[in-house]
Amino acid sequence: MSTQSSGETPGFGPDLVEVFGPSQQDGGPELVQLLTPEGERVEHPDFSFDLGDDAILGFYRDMVLTRRIDTEATALQRHGELGIWAQLLGQEAAQIGAGRSLRPQDFVFPTYREHGVAWCKGVDPLDLLGLFRGVDQGSWDPADNNFGLYTIVIGAQTLHATGYAMGLQRDGVVGTGDPDRDAAVIAHFGDGASSQGDVNESFIFAASYNAPVVFFCQNNQWAISEPIERQTRIPLYQRALGFGFPGVRVDGNDVLATYAVTQAALQRARDGQGPTLVEAYTYRMGAHTTTDDPTRYRLSDDLERWKLKDPIARVKAYLRRNGVADDSFFADVQQEADDLGHRLREGCKALPDPQPLSMFDHVYSEMTEELVAQRDGFAAYLESFEGAH
Amino acid sequence: MPEYKLPDVGEGLTEAEIVAWHVKVGDVVEINQIVVEIETAKSIVELPSPYAGEVTAILVEAGEMIPVGTPIIAIGEPAAATADAPVEIDLSNPAASGGGEGESLVGRNKADRGPVRRARKVASGAAAAHMQAQAAFEAGESPMVEADETPVPSTPATTAPAASVQVLAKPPVRKLAKDLGVDLRSLTPTGPNGTVSREDVESAAGGTSSEVAAPVARSYDTRPGERETREPIKGVRKMMGQAMVQSAFTVPHVTEWVTVDVTRTMELVERLRSRREFREVKISPLLVLSRAVMLAMRRTPEINSWWDEAAGEVVLKRYVNLGIAAATPRGLVVPNVKDAESMSLLELAQALNALTATAREGRTQPAEMAGGTFTITNVGPFGVDGGTPIINPGESAILCFGAVKKAPWVVDDEIVVRQVCTLALSFDHRHIDGEKGSRFLSDVAGMLEDPATALVF
Repeated sequence: MSTQSSGETPGFGPDLVEVFGPSQQDGGPELVQLLTPEGERVEHPDFSFDLGDDAILGFYRDMVLTRRIDTEATALQRHGELGIWAQLLGQEAAQIGAGRSLRPQDFVFPTYREHGVAWCKGVDPLDLLGLFRGVDQGSWDPADNNFGLYTIVIGAQTLHATGYAMGLQRDGVVGTGDPDRDAAVIAHFGDGASSQGDVNESFIFAASYNAPVVFFCQNNQWAISEPIERQTRIPLYQRALGFGFPGVRVDGNDVLATYAVTQAALQRARDGQGPTLVEAYTYRMGAHTTTDDPTRYRLSDDLERWKLKDPIARVKAYLRRNGVADDSFFADVQQEADDLGHRLREGCKALPDPQPLSMFDHVYSEMTEELVAQRDGFAAYLESFEGAH
Repeated sequence: MPEYKLPDVGEGLTEAEIVAWHVKVGDVVEINQIVVEIETAKSIVELPSPYAGEVTAILVEAGEMIPVGTPIIAIGEPAAATADAPVEIDLSNPAASGGGEGESLVGRNKADRGPVRRARKVASGAAAAHMQAQAAFEAGESPMVEADETPVPSTPATTAPAASVQVLAKPPVRKLAKDLGVDLRSLTPTGPNGTVSREDVESAAGGTSSEVAAPVARSYDTRPGERETREPIKGVRKMMGQAMVQSAFTVPHVTEWVTVDVTRTMELVERLRSRREFREVKISPLLVLSRAVMLAMRRTPEINSWWDEAAGEVVLKRYVNLGIAAATPRGLVVPNVKDAESMSLLELAQALNALTATAREGRTQPAEMAGGTFTITNVGPFGVDGGTPIINPGESAILCFGAVKKAPWVVDDEIVVRQVCTLALSFDHRHIDGEKGSRFLSDVAGMLEDPATALVF
């Protein structure tokens, strides 16, 4: 039997199937890593983590609190308090590493799973719960924290991000050399979104206009139930090359490496050197959402393998082994997490139900005549009931 | 007394079955402690307690199917008040306390609040016009207003906005009317709910467009080249075709099958998955089946033999090269695990993993497909129960492994739900008679039913 077709085709390079062979199991040799799953600091020729242990203590606290927001919200959905919740379990390092590398003037365009980045940008987790409880449609003002509204449409925000980045260029706040002025944009998306037309169009526009945007792809291996090997035939970060800008694959479960790589990519953007694709190689340890049952399509063996690479456990191991933190630090963070959990439970239940007429408020930045007429008609309809005020 | 009501854990689920309680009356539970496992139409879900305290009542038994919103457990005052104790829960949690209009809609039983509708005021003025517009959208037999209300005035409303919505038509129909120069207001609507239909517009336009719209007799396209795709027979497909023809028309096939309760095999698979040495390999029922086949061959070695027509001999092999039929992007390939009979379960698992991974990547080498002595074809992943497989050339038997499904099964004269599957064995009837084939098949089936019987071999 002939198997010639599985080897090289003369003139066309190696068979691309190889990119998902055994050598890719752990992200491959191109994975940028600065902290191993065992909690050992390692060197990388191109990227280094320049902050001190105080920053790592902060990252640990961020990740533990973010995980607590996630588990508490998942429980609240099970209590019947939220309609749905999109879990981030396992992706804390990717989000905190990226979130902490931002400057105040940088702007974030998130998916619906960026709870850790929202935390870094100072968005109240209760505001996130309001969206998933269905009492509002995203209540935070993007201009307050430079953190956009959660985007449910897959990949759509990459276009918004690219457009915003092109706006920064026109505002003259790119490449001036003033670190407090130069700004960049980060567009979050997932491995599934990488197949969307919107994302690919964003890549083209960003490359063509040299826009100051970092495309931050959390490759968590699963687009709901679709595995990454069905999504792409090459490692995702290599796609950037085809669009004409650099791509890098970083260990998304390593908060130090994610911080270092994203920080460098953002600085490129602020300096006017154009877009970068960062592929944060991670794993969605929970379900896609509380409505999903991942045991139907993936092996528990895989989950067990990724548990050994837990993003929080490796930082804790580093802090303990090097005597950076003692028991009282870990107890304090745990207490803070418990307090946060309590606040979210009570706060979620106390979120007020929306007034029906409020749905007209934010359709446009200014009310149109038609909208006013619709609102008044609806108000009259509500007034037609007995007992109405 | 706080009661935990069955939440909608999916999007729009209406009911769930209580699978198992993790707590009993008298237990003290903490917030978010898992108290019960439920099964919905989508998945099995563990529910964390929203309350801390002592379980005072289990309100729904395991096994019952209940609608969303049904109270399932009552949890009393905590033995010792803690900061987390939600004593004022009924005030702060309208969702959990149920009740009437105006409270939170989240997690409530939709059926509970479904038909609740407040009475309307006496219709007048603008509100009446608005209501009439609303009513126009409703079918006659399901009025928007309650029956005991003042009827909506039947005289046409005088306000302009109401008049503009009196003609109801879908956008494509409006476009058609505009194109044909037909005034929608001049028509008598015949469509559903008083809407103007496409036919109404066409007939008003004098039938000109009906001719256009009338179905034209389709001419039959006789150019096969335009409607067919011709793919070359080559590569894996050609090999598969030749092998199947050679086997099917030279070897007299007999197929037998047996349906077997594999619940204990599935339990064994679960236990193996949790063992440390198996952590890095995929454990599947196929692995257990493969091992059972190795053992059953000891008693019926003819299964692992070959009818050598040219030499006039039956070749009994003391080694087993276990072939696994694999679907790949390029077609069917049957790589085999060499000397599978001498492998431990772990070695066999590793070999099967490597073999299927290589096959899926399309990198199976010819040597890996040569020299097979027996084949398993695993059709279970396709959801198929079984079939009559064709023996791989050079071999004497092939075992078809069907899908493992939950099914009613008789155990001790009781019908219970068990995991069952069908095994189908095709064998070369020139030298394997029904007795040998049946014995082998039932030996394998026996080991899947009770893996402990493997000790007998």
